[in-house]
Amino acid sequence: MEPLRILEVDGHLLGPSPLPLEEIRRLFTALLTVRAYDHKASALQRQGRLATYAQFEGQEAAQVGSAAALRPDDWMVATYRDAAAMWMQGYPWDTLLLGRMGDERGGAPPAGVNVLPPSITVGAHMIHAVGLGWAEQMRGTGRIAITYFGDGATSEGDFHEAMNFAGVYRTPTVFVCQNNGWAISMSRERQTASETIAQKGAAYGVPGVLVDGNDLLAVFDATRDAVDRARRGEGATLIEAVTQRIGPHTTADDAGRYRDEATLEEWRQRDPLARVRRHLQAAGAWSEEWEHDVVTTAAAEIEAAVGRAEALAPFGPGAAFDRMFARPTAVLEAQRAALLGDGEAGA
Amino acid sequence: MTEMNMAHALNDALAVALADDDRVVMLGEDVGLTGGVFRVTDGLQERFGPQRVIDTPVAESGIVGAAFGMAIAGMRPVAEIQFLGFSYPGYDQIVSHVGRIRNRSNHRFTAPLVIRIPFGGGIGAAEHHSESSEALYAHTPGIKVVAPGTPAAAKGLLLAAIEDPDPVIFLEPIRVYRAIKEDVPEGRYTLPIGVAEVVRSGTDLTLVAYGAMLRDAGRAADALAGDGVSAEVIDLRTLSPLDAVTIVASAVKTGRVVAISEGHRTAGIASEVAAIVQEQALYSLLAPVERVTGWDTVVPLKRTERDHIPSVDRIVTAARRTLED
Repeated sequence: MEPLRILEVDGHLLGPSPLPLEEIRRLFTALLTVRAYDHKASALQRQGRLATYAQFEGQEAAQVGSAAALRPDDWMVATYRDAAAMWMQGYPWDTLLLGRMGDERGGAPPAGVNVLPPSITVGAHMIHAVGLGWAEQMRGTGRIAITYFGDGATSEGDFHEAMNFAGVYRTPTVFVCQNNGWAISMSRERQTASETIAQKGAAYGVPGVLVDGNDLLAVFDATRDAVDRARRGEGATLIEAVTQRIGPHTTADDAGRYRDEATLEEWRQRDPLARVRRHLQAAGAWSEEWEHDVVTTAAAEIEAAVGRAEALAPFGPGAAFDRMFARPTAVLEAQRAALLGDGEAGA
Repeated sequence: MTEMNMAHALNDALAVALADDDRVVMLGEDVGLTGGVFRVTDGLQERFGPQRVIDTPVAESGIVGAAFGMAIAGMRPVAEIQFLGFSYPGYDQIVSHVGRIRNRSNHRFTAPLVIRIPFGGGIGAAEHHSESSEALYAHTPGIKVVAPGTPAAAKGLLLAAIEDPDPVIFLEPIRVYRAIKEDVPEGRYTLPIGVAEVVRSGTDLTLVAYGAMLRDAGRAADALAGDGVSAEVIDLRTLSPLDAVTIVASAVKTGRVVAISEGHRTAGIASEVAAIVQEQALYSLLAPVERVTGWDTVVPLKRTERDHIPSVDRIVTAARRTLED
């Protein structure tokens, strides 16, 4: 099974582009922006201003290219490594940052942005996208749901249940597996004996598509097809985007313990941004000044988002009791009173 | 009012909910064509169609997880898990996602779903079919746990659970499904979640029970009345949040409390009742609080199951201990 590829590493097209040049330029600015965010978030973590952070460097095309194929009101259910896809679908940088700062408001995107807070547990969230899409199908809204997960998540039992439900009920769900080679230290080869993850779709009656995850145009093309299928009522698609995370699992991990430098260097040569840049260069649609301007503007926007997130005062003591239910129960009110100084008796 | 058993009362509640609100859908194993293994959903698929009463693959995590997604999208799903002992494959969905989404999104997303689960033993079923592990769920933040003991309470509480803006685990006592009949209000009718009911007034001691044990608590109260002992009986109805006000008021009034639960003893519902009474009514107590519970053993199979489920005799004996000088 050869992965779908449209844009070669050297920047030339292997077939017709699914996007006009101006749109590729727009998505290139998105790639530059999300990489700037990823680097900024890592820096903030090292300064102690963010909790543990999961970098996505190397996976920008897989996230930006797939999210670009969505309607603004489509549902997205993603993970802790998918900030780029979430931002593309309207989740603001400051909200993403708040989550990493350890504030529950980081899980609350603005009204109209149908993106759930990132799943921290691995694998249980894919079935949520099945339920979301199923509900929209029942109501005939035309909305679909996309879910992102890694190669490791396909070993969880919930991957099977989600794919099976999506197959049986033909739910409008797009499954995007970013096969980035690693589940912390466990390599893709040892994660499953399947030759590909895409082929697992066959067992559920769900088409599986293998795509070069570092090719912006191929990822967009495959996702647009899957989204269109879902919207037409033809059911779910499993997309395997083959990519590589360039960084460690998180800022708390040391990838040098399990990945050799040669592998990393090989993947650096396939950088998802560089090949789009080469393509734009060849088409005369790129200049160093333009990229510099884009990066400068993005950095300023992200810096402003950091400022907004850090300026937001923490919740007051006892606020957790307000977040459990629509209205706190008497039991929770008694516990809040205990926390705030009335003592344990009566809680 | 119509006389109904609990299975009929629950069926009636589900029919009312499906008829009144397009957002209500039901999903679970065998809930449609066969009407569920206990026939609680009998006739509903025929009446409301397979798009709203959905037979699912055998996948408890999938059932809970899909219902969770539907609820976030604005539906009012009512999922059924066949037995409490089969709910554990869906446990991670409940604990890690269903009970957390309101908190982790600061109210931006909510999951108003109901998970109906038959629980408890007493019908000589196979292993895993007689569990009373409700304390696991009562211990979980962000979900409410309801356990009616009578047909009328079952209907009123199920409709309240479906209306509730937050997730509710709704536990149905298996051996009560067809054991009791009583008058049940017709049409839409709700009872408040989080409120216990004094179902029998008394002055000498308080029996606190729920689910199938409510009936045995009533029988124990009858036996005690024969000895001239006046027992008050409280039906907890909701296990989380527990109604401390009703429990404590009764404890202050009678001075003696027997907390009854079919669940395992350690860290169980009866333990929580005992702790509440100790914290808030200690100086009114005339005797230590007694617990009458299932043991910390695996629920025995049919031949010795009765050694595990609290008997009327065990309740009466514990009640008499509280009356000793």
